[in-house]
Amino acid sequence: MITDLGYGALAITFFLTIYGVLAAIWGVRTRRPDWIDSARNAMLLTFPLLTLSCLSLIYLLVNGHYEVEYVASVTSTRMPLYLRITALWGGQAGSLLFWSWLMSAFASAVTLRNWQRDREFLPWVVVVSLVTLGFFLGLTLFVENPFDRLWLLPGGLAIKSFFAPEGAIPYFQSDGKGLNPLLRHPGMIIHPPMLYLGFVSFVIPFAFAIAALITNRTDDRWIQITRRWSLVAWLFLSLGLILGGRWAYDVLGWGGYWGWDPVEIAAFMPWLTGTAFLHSVMIQEKRGMLKHWNMILIILTYNLVIFGTFLTRSGVLSSVHAFAQSAIGPLFFIYIGASFVISLSLLLQRWQDLKSDLHMTSLLSREALFLLNNLLFLGILVICFWGVIFPLISEIITGQKVTVGPPFYERATAPLFAGLLLLMGIAPLAAWRHSTVQTLGKAVWKPTVVSLFVPLIGFLGGIRNWAALLGFWLAAFVACVTLYEYGRAVIARSRSRGESLPTAFWNLAGRNRRRYGGYIIHLGVVLMAIGIIGIELFQKETQGTLAQGEELSLGPYTMRFESLAVFDTADGRNVARAVVSIYKNGRFVGELYPRRDYYYESQQPMTIPGLRSTMEDDFYVLLVDWQPISSAGATFKVYQNPLVNWLWLGGFVFIIGTLVATWPESEKSPATVRARRRTPLAAKAS
Amino acid sequence: MKLRLSFLWLVLVWLVFSVVALGTTTVTLAQTPNPNSITDDQVNAIAKYLYCPVCENVPLDVCGTQACEQWRQVIRQKLAEGWNEAQIRQYFVDQYGDRVLATPPPRGINWLAYIVPPVAILIGVWVLVQAFRSWKRPLPAPSSLPQPDHVSPEVLKRIEEELKNR
Repeated sequence: MITDLGYGALAITFFLTIYGVLAAIWGVRTRRPDWIDSARNAMLLTFPLLTLSCLSLIYLLVNGHYEVEYVASVTSTRMPLYLRITALWGGQAGSLLFWSWLMSAFASAVTLRNWQRDREFLPWVVVVSLVTLGFFLGLTLFVENPFDRLWLLPGGLAIKSFFAPEGAIPYFQSDGKGLNPLLRHPGMIIHPPMLYLGFVSFVIPFAFAIAALITNRTDDRWIQITRRWSLVAWLFLSLGLILGGRWAYDVLGWGGYWGWDPVEIAAFMPWLTGTAFLHSVMIQEKRGMLKHWNMILIILTYNLVIFGTFLTRSGVLSSVHAFAQSAIGPLFFIYIGASFVISLSLLLQRWQDLKSDLHMTSLLSREALFLLNNLLFLGILVICFWGVIFPLISEIITGQKVTVGPPFYERATAPLFAGLLLLMGIAPLAAWRHSTVQTLGKAVWKPTVVSLFVPLIGFLGGIRNWAALLGFWLAAFVACVTLYEYGRAVIARSRSRGESLPTAFWNLAGRNRRRYGGYIIHLGVVLMAIGIIGIELFQKETQGTLAQGEELSLGPYTMRFESLAVFDTADGRNVARAVVSIYKNGRFVGELYPRRDYYYESQQPMTIPGLRSTMEDDFYVLLVDWQPISSAGATFKVYQNPLVNWLWLGGFVFIIGTLVATWPESEKSPATVRARRRTPLAAKAS
Repeated sequence: MKLRLSFLWLVLVWLVFSVVALGTTTVTLAQTPNPNSITDDQVNAIAKYLYCPVCENVPLDVCGTQACEQWRQVIRQKLAEGWNEAQIRQYFVDQYGDRVLATPPPRGINWLAYIVPPVAILIGVWVLVQAFRSWKRPLPAPSSLPQPDHVSPEVLKRIEEELKNR
């Protein structure tokens, strides 16, 4: 009954998306607003219907309806309630439904905005949103249906199908396989929804961009409307990436946070173009330039969102053969191709109309530096994209797969990331429209001199790694510029309005949220850069097999193996848990409990590290192996990860900054804004 | 007496043989590879840059499967036998193909992996330079620009509305 309800709601929503698309197009063709309103209402209705479908699946998951194939594959009787709920996105079919549900939420939210001023966009926003939603619903309904039941054929073969095959009887299982252990971590429970939210919310700016192209609205109205949408999308995508990194650090058991895995890169690529877009739209808003470029960036971002989902869902990463055999892969491929070709054709059609008479007047102006920043982001994108698809190209041409691993990405992207940090320091000091070497030099020299003390101190402290010294200088330079800019503005406001410094600080952030939120984001990036330099360039590791009471040393740390216990738990795990004592410079600092969990249901192990965290470093212990009979000896792998917690702190600051930038402006003063626009920053600095 | 001498000769020959045999055995024993003399860190230093041929994108030093544990033992054995890193890496390539390496070996079609990104970035730089050059060209003379009185009232009205709504 509930299965039928969920499936029915899903099917109705799918047909509703088709109706909405046709009604919107018909409304435009016949100039009948009632059809367009009907399409809008259809889009609004997708959300409650898909909510019903999702709730039905959650009901099945929570109540252990193992006759449903999806339920049997991702849940088991031993799983706690919260994991049964989050199993909604724990498998392919459920995650596609969840993706569609989030998409419908955003699409419905768009319909609720006031369309009075830009009604010509409405039908096309409906079309693009519903085509995207309809594609995912089609996949869910016809290829990966989470409501498929298990059936036993007369020959004894069990198959999955929603409708009963001829002669088959329902196949009831007493228990399911349970959720993949890697997905049982709190980070993994939140990480996919955040990424999906980021993915689906980027569909909305794309829909407006396409609407602007179709309706030939060549002004920056679509950018004004979608500014906050883009920031929200970027916020979720950033949050998803940071949480994914933390999950990898805590669960994957290799002492790192980012392995340049294709799945990670799939989520990183739309973030790169999205970040470039957020910088580039400022040029269009301030100067009315780069209209083509912004269209290209949002088209790329949308297609990379779909491409990212395609990479993780099609099986193409395992091999091109898996991709060819999967039903979902070729469909994704066709959809991405069609969407890319149609979007670019529209852009080419409007190319002349989007041309701007305004020109870049200085190579050192802020807009020129932003454009350079875009080039670096796109450069990193090219490396990531090529690194992901090259193994597939190699497999197609030579029949042999190759691995493109971290050394490739690290060597290729490191100079570009360094360039981005440098620009992050210089660009805020450059004026819009015109900047000269003299004006920029005058603004830059003070932060440069102050920041040089950081690598100097590092050198005197014994650091001889030139890449680290350069990295620390760049981080210090950006921090100095950002704090200098912030401090100067706070003091100016405090003097001019007679406010106390904390009040001026608070009001300043409230008045121009995007700018000062951006500065907070830059500070977050600085902290993250410090953490990345620490772990990437100074990480130490060792491995050893210890008998009870024996010790293993790494840097200032000594670890003593105290004991090991192996036991079963009520939730179906066999746990091997070691107790180790940690000493730093000979002083006892605490005990750690690294463990290895083996899940009987899914027959998968999971390595949970023991972790001692400080801002200076992490001491990270993994239980690699142990002697099962005597429990007397165990193999440990230990890492010293310097400064890694600066990465997580930076991530937190980064998110706070994005929230500040996204929050609606509280105080509007057009006169002040106009005055500020007339006064270049660098000129003010002088 | 003759018998006694013969016996002594026999003992002497036996002793010589024994010493030679013992020496040979000792030398042979000393050359027998002992994997236990190889540390985990030595193994991991090589395994870190080799990829598990079975698990997707997992370096061999951190892969927890039985197969990978066996491959790490192979590295240990080879190190004990005196193989160097390059020889061990080549051994795995011969056994499982280029995919065990962390990066594509620079030969044949693999060169594309290294050439395409810098070429694409250089094209981007070239496009940017061209754009800057075109922007630096002087703007058309003011006379060629549309005069305000050429703008239709509808457009003017729309501009005003837009400005009002900003």
